[in-house]
Amino acid sequence: MTAKKTYGNPPPGLDLKTLSGALIVIEGPDSSGRSSQITLLSEWLEQKGYAVRQVGLTRSKLIGPELARAKKGNILSPRTMSLFYATDFYDQIENIIVPALRAGYVVLADRYIYTLMARDIVRGANPQWVESLYSMAIVPDAVYFLMTSSQHLIERTLTANQSLDYWESGMDIGISRDWYESYIRYQKALRNEYKRLQNKYKFEIINGNRTIAAIQQDLRTKIEAVLNDVYIIK
Amino acid sequence: MQQPDAPGKLIAVEGLDGSGKSTQVYLLHQWLQGLGCKVFFSEWNSSVIVRDATSKGKQKHLLTPTTFSLIHATDFADRYERQILPMLKAAYIVLCDRYMYTSFARDGVRGCDPMWLRKLYGFARKPDVTFYFKLPLQTALGRILDGRTKLKYFEAGMDLGFSIDIRESFQIFQQMVMEQYDMMADEFEFIIVDASRSIPVQQEIIRSFISNRIDLAHFKQRVKR
Repeated sequence: MTAKKTYGNPPPGLDLKTLSGALIVIEGPDSSGRSSQITLLSEWLEQKGYAVRQVGLTRSKLIGPELARAKKGNILSPRTMSLFYATDFYDQIENIIVPALRAGYVVLADRYIYTLMARDIVRGANPQWVESLYSMAIVPDAVYFLMTSSQHLIERTLTANQSLDYWESGMDIGISRDWYESYIRYQKALRNEYKRLQNKYKFEIINGNRTIAAIQQDLRTKIEAVLNDVYIIK
Repeated sequence: MQQPDAPGKLIAVEGLDGSGKSTQVYLLHQWLQGLGCKVFFSEWNSSVIVRDATSKGKQKHLLTPTTFSLIHATDFADRYERQILPMLKAAYIVLCDRYMYTSFARDGVRGCDPMWLRKLYGFARKPDVTFYFKLPLQTALGRILDGRTKLKYFEAGMDLGFSIDIRESFQIFQQMVMEQYDMMADEFEFIIVDASRSIPVQQEIIRSFISNRIDLAHFKQRVKR
């Protein structure tokens, strides 16, 4: 087992040496099937005897409700949104992820800083500013990115919700008045940003254009190797 | 510092709790208004949108140094982008009761990385004038501790665990914040005001400083109110 690291300096008061668990991140756009995969992974890991903690973006006690409310009104500037999300992220890091890792849990994160950074940068935030903002994040033991074609995504979204989500279509940016057009162009911009981030942060791309079972099998094989390493299982 | 796209002027006041800076910026505001200047006032930690989350976190002591810092940066960003920057672009004189230096001082004491903090606020313009109201620690402490004001948990730095006695914690925390301000004074070109002098004397000093530094005639309202 190697000690955990943070991308930059750690947040005040965090002793990285005490973190004995594993942090596994599943990344990918909305409707890429992340949450189904996480549910399946969680069941599988518990069967194998691992204690599992699931975390996701904007679920914190601190500002979860305010963030949800603010999004409805669309009254926050992009930077205020960035900082709201960052506050929420660190609240979860310090109050959920760190205690779970200290207790030796496997933490399954439904998205991480990469989605937060990509969204901000696509909205015009300075990449250096955003990367510094998230530099205190713990480097995960593995990051799997479910790469799914826009065509796949839009079909899944429409089948599930019968409509496109305002934010996931990037309507706040004003790319186009046409929701479909805006969605396609926004997702494309995100994809380009994810690719840039992937080079820098080295996450593994998983082909998301397959069946749930095939993707799950792929993830299990990879995660098993990572956990054997973290928990020193031969 | 001339900013062609934002011709307004930004004046910030900083200092310890009890330094009298809020009184001084209030009087400055009154004076500038009386002269007919376009002036806007903004206070630290006052954004309506962010307030609920901040007060919840503070009441329940949910905040860590990092989230404490970020929630104040969120508040600042909201005020900066919706009010302060547009006002500066519209050639207003903007008065700020506390600015990013408050975060540098307080969050620095809480252990946040100084470089991280400076980058966090990297989007904010440096004030044209920053007044630092400086007075002996004991005087500032006395003004707060002798009053009936009940000390609040985070204000007193109770989260840092220096002491379980809130008054003692406040004293230690304020001393450390003061050291941070003193260290920043040169770096950020603070104009140091001796806050142990009488209120009208201090006000006279800052009014004359502003008159010399800023061409106030430039900021007069064109339309009579």
